[in-house]
Amino acid sequence: MNTSNSHGRGHGSNNSQSHDDQPLLRMTDIRIEGFSDEQWHPIIKGVDLTLRRGEVMGLIGESGAGKSTLGLAAMGFARAGCRFTSGTVEFDGTDLLGLKEKERRQYWGTRIAYVAQSAAAAFNPAHRLIDQTIESASRSHVRNDAESRADAVELYDSLHLPDPENIGQRYPHQVSGGQLQRVMTAMAMSARPDLIIFDEPTTALDVTTQVEVLASMREIVDKYNTAAIYITHDLAVVAQMADVIKVLRYGEEVEQSSTRTMLAAPKEEYTKSLWSVRSLEKPEQRSEDFILQLKDIDAAYGKTPVLHGINIDLPRGKTVAVVGESGSGKSTAARVVTGLLPQTAGSVMFNGDELPPQLSDRTPDQLRRIQMIYQMADTAMNPRQTVEDIIGRPLEFFHNVQGREKEQRVMDLLSMIELDESFLDRLPAELSGGQKQRICIARALAAQPDIIICDEVTSALDQIVQEGILKLLLRLQEQYGISYLFITHDIATVKAISDEIVVMFQGKVVEQGLKSQILSPPYPEYTELLLSSVPEMDPEWLSNLLNQRDRVL
Amino acid sequence: MNNPDGYSASAEVGSVRKRRTRAERWWIELKKAPLSAWFGMIVLSGYIVVALFAPLLAPYGEAEVFPTPFGPWDEAHRFGTDQIGRDILSRLIYGARNTMGIALVTTLLSFAIGGGLGLVAAIRRGWVDQLLSRTVDVLMAIPSLIFALVLLSIFKPSVVSLILIIAVLDSTRVFRLTRSVAVSVVVMDYVEVARLRGEKLSWVMKKEILPNIMPPLVAEFGLRFSFVFLTIAALSFLGVGIQPPTADWGSMVRDNASLIQFAQYDIKAGFTPLLPAAAIGLLTVAVNFVVDWFLHKTSGLRDEH
Amino acid sequence: MHPVLVTIVKRLLLGLVTLFVVSAIIFSAISLLPGDFGEAVLGQAATEETVAAFRKELGLDKPAPARYFDWVKSVVQGDLGTSFSGRSASGQDRSRSVVELIAPRLKNTLFLAGVAALIAVPLALFLGLTAALYRNSWYDRSVNVTTLTTISMPEFFVAYVLILLLASLWPVFPSLSTVNADMELGERLRRIALPAITLTLVIIAHMMRMTRAAIINLLASPYIEMARLKGASRSEIILKHALPNAWAPIATVIAFNLAYLVVGVVVVEVVFVYPGIGQLMVDSVTSRDIPVVQACALIFAGTYIILNLIADVIGIVTNPRLLHPR
Repeated sequence: MNTSNSHGRGHGSNNSQSHDDQPLLRMTDIRIEGFSDEQWHPIIKGVDLTLRRGEVMGLIGESGAGKSTLGLAAMGFARAGCRFTSGTVEFDGTDLLGLKEKERRQYWGTRIAYVAQSAAAAFNPAHRLIDQTIESASRSHVRNDAESRADAVELYDSLHLPDPENIGQRYPHQVSGGQLQRVMTAMAMSARPDLIIFDEPTTALDVTTQVEVLASMREIVDKYNTAAIYITHDLAVVAQMADVIKVLRYGEEVEQSSTRTMLAAPKEEYTKSLWSVRSLEKPEQRSEDFILQLKDIDAAYGKTPVLHGINIDLPRGKTVAVVGESGSGKSTAARVVTGLLPQTAGSVMFNGDELPPQLSDRTPDQLRRIQMIYQMADTAMNPRQTVEDIIGRPLEFFHNVQGREKEQRVMDLLSMIELDESFLDRLPAELSGGQKQRICIARALAAQPDIIICDEVTSALDQIVQEGILKLLLRLQEQYGISYLFITHDIATVKAISDEIVVMFQGKVVEQGLKSQILSPPYPEYTELLLSSVPEMDPEWLSNLLNQRDRVL
Repeated sequence: MNNPDGYSASAEVGSVRKRRTRAERWWIELKKAPLSAWFGMIVLSGYIVVALFAPLLAPYGEAEVFPTPFGPWDEAHRFGTDQIGRDILSRLIYGARNTMGIALVTTLLSFAIGGGLGLVAAIRRGWVDQLLSRTVDVLMAIPSLIFALVLLSIFKPSVVSLILIIAVLDSTRVFRLTRSVAVSVVVMDYVEVARLRGEKLSWVMKKEILPNIMPPLVAEFGLRFSFVFLTIAALSFLGVGIQPPTADWGSMVRDNASLIQFAQYDIKAGFTPLLPAAAIGLLTVAVNFVVDWFLHKTSGLRDEH
Repeated sequence: MHPVLVTIVKRLLLGLVTLFVVSAIIFSAISLLPGDFGEAVLGQAATEETVAAFRKELGLDKPAPARYFDWVKSVVQGDLGTSFSGRSASGQDRSRSVVELIAPRLKNTLFLAGVAALIAVPLALFLGLTAALYRNSWYDRSVNVTTLTTISMPEFFVAYVLILLLASLWPVFPSLSTVNADMELGERLRRIALPAITLTLVIIAHMMRMTRAAIINLLASPYIEMARLKGASRSEIILKHALPNAWAPIATVIAFNLAYLVVGVVVVEVVFVYPGIGQLMVDSVTSRDIPVVQACALIFAGTYIILNLIADVIGIVTNPRLLHPR
């Protein structure tokens, strides 16, 4: 990517010609605190950041690393409940933190723009897209209104939005998430800022949509030679977007280097551990001894049919991964198995016997043998119950264990999930994301089940934590011979844990087979699209993929 | 372990939250409470003491009649006497007990009805929910004071009919609130977990749902109490609420209202009807101050997540 | 048909159904009256013939559903029945028709409520918006505490304080708001000054707080943070980004408070002995003049339902999701 200031940018290009050697943004010793639980806690602990014109920096780190806070700090902005305690944010020679809020506002939207994570929430529902797109541009008087509108249409076009002439006349709720995210990029670009902050812009999107959005973002940033800070937790995504990568952890910088160097030879142990996560892979095993079989299942929400004659077989003691995008029906299949959504046709066979479709018709023993773990461990635990209550209840309910014995069993379960007895009296709010998910696993184990249905159990977690959970699940399977029905949209997770894979699309099973079969050619068309859309850690991946797809077309 | 950082699950950093006992948390909140909340709490405790110990505090009996009606403020009668010669101060003190007691019983009853049905509607959904919700919609389409007036024109005003009528009318609002907060809890995964385990409805209600909807219900209890209190006071003031000889602030305002015309000649007499009215106002102000702070606290806690 | 129209028509039909059910409830009140109806009204001394004649006049010899439809039919035709008062045991009938009783008083009540609303609504919106704009400033805090205090005061307390100050100690306005049909507007306004101020004070607090809350609620939305990060100023954020989304809640607030005004009128009219429908209703409740109570309740409930209907319709027509369907 070239870093010269060749394009005629709207604003700020004249006075910047003279000091081209000076960086566009120089943040020094940034320290930010946040207020929670009655005290101030450091969020950013003295980070420096330098960005040249036209340069794209990737900020990566796990949740709680402070990447969004640092990104917003580049605008001289701290969210409500946060404050700067030291540092300077020098943008084009001016310290933004030294300005009054009114003066700082002159920079926002016009010279530094922001692209938020959830486009659906970040657009005002009451205004047309084009009016929101040109808001900053018209405020800064770069162009007049008519010119701004014409320019917005051009931007829509270069972001490959369908019907660029008219899409701006729509309201936010009338366009899809992927399109909205691109409109938001156009909005950020409208005043031709020198710098755009992308705050996890594709995290909320499906993997096949993400590719297109990434491509169009990268193209337009290149075209106008805009500098950018790209915040994400996904290494493969940042590899496609950034010239340099900065790794953050606990509000501190771990290391920074150019993308290629960082991918080829990370220096710090922490960075290496981030890289190694994707290496976990369970050796697959075949088995014809099925503990659970879904036979020609149809299901519907109200009158909307969701599943169309699906067949899934789960071998005893093995893992079947169900993959597909949101809306493909994979979670619905799980609801049918649990009895929450009785099927309209077909049958669920458990150990060779047919399971009653209705939850209320199942025996306590049947209920005990099929357990479920959820994506959001937060909402899967009652915030008012302690860990002991949460894990103890199934012991009490299914096995009639009380008092001292119950406490002992809870402690055994805690050690099984690699936690100690200091957790007994904790509330869910006092646990980290990974610990919460472990408690949920322990609750499922307490029932002594044959099958555990895992619904996207790792997708809300950071990668290192994910790895820990996956290893735990594998170990438990080895020890107790539990079978997993593992629902996910993440191919790396599938590789790590599954024996067999089921691919679902629009309520139908595209194919089921051993992992090695499914993940090697020839693919059905949809499997191909799904697999090829998963970003890889190669900076050329996106370019290659786009070239390939162009050739096919 | 291939993780060089020595990853261990129990060492993972949870959210920044210091472990404190419930009492410690309450004390921190109290110390930070604004002046208005402190004012409210102090006033409220004063009212409660007066209501509990009314017979000990009042100089005369509730319905004791003295020879001079509309007597002036003097040594014997601190705030004078009313239109048939009863001691105003004593009636004010007894009024605290009667008016607050009736309002409290009414509010409790309305929570028992509205809260219970609201929970059932939220968990059962389906036709039960539809039936209850539509009924409540219709009942709420009639302003409650007007509805109460219609009912009181049929059933003769008595303490029991007053409590029943107001409690039923007011329970519609409790129903709506309980139902809506409970619905947002019922859809939580942990309730689904309990259902998948085959737990009984009563267990789910008591253990999973109730503890999580308490804060908004507690706040609503304060608001409903002051609303019920004002409604009863208004009805008594209109002459169709609490009936004589029971001492009650609303009817005391009505009975002594004419004294206000004499304010030019005796300013103290002019104040007499304002005393019970001010007693009503001060109590509701106090309750509202406390509730306002409590709501601010609990909604603030919700923002953290 | 446009989905907005469909939604509005649905809402109107629902309102109609509600009104119908409410009227049935109010009507059935009469059948709940314990004891013998005729005797209750005419007194112990009434002869059997007069009671029988009275029962026949009320149609008590017919079954309840038939009576209800007769009643609805006459209500629709503008006949609300005949008052019970003025009847006596001897069978003499000096009673007046309910419409005749209510019409002039309804006019008075609407006049009083209208004046109060005219002052209160703009003032409350202004205070609410500015308090939201300068959130957590001393201005916001003082407005907040003041309104919280006025909200908690019973109407009659406010009313008597005003009487004490503005009628008794410094006689600026009359304490009794007697008006009659041929009074001039200026004099009429002077007479109703105190009740109008009372009502204004009571509803302004509610309305202002709810407007402020509605705006502040919106200020927590991600699109407001986005607007800030796009460089919008404080007033732009409130007026351009928050307000267009706040019409529905604000309309609900106004409707709710106008409906509350209708109720507050009852107490205030009694305090100031203002010849309005509220006072009439209270008198009729005391004398158990059921037809008048029913008619008043029907009018109050109808107003309430219509106000809420208007609020809902405003909410529907300002909702971009309904206005511009996918």
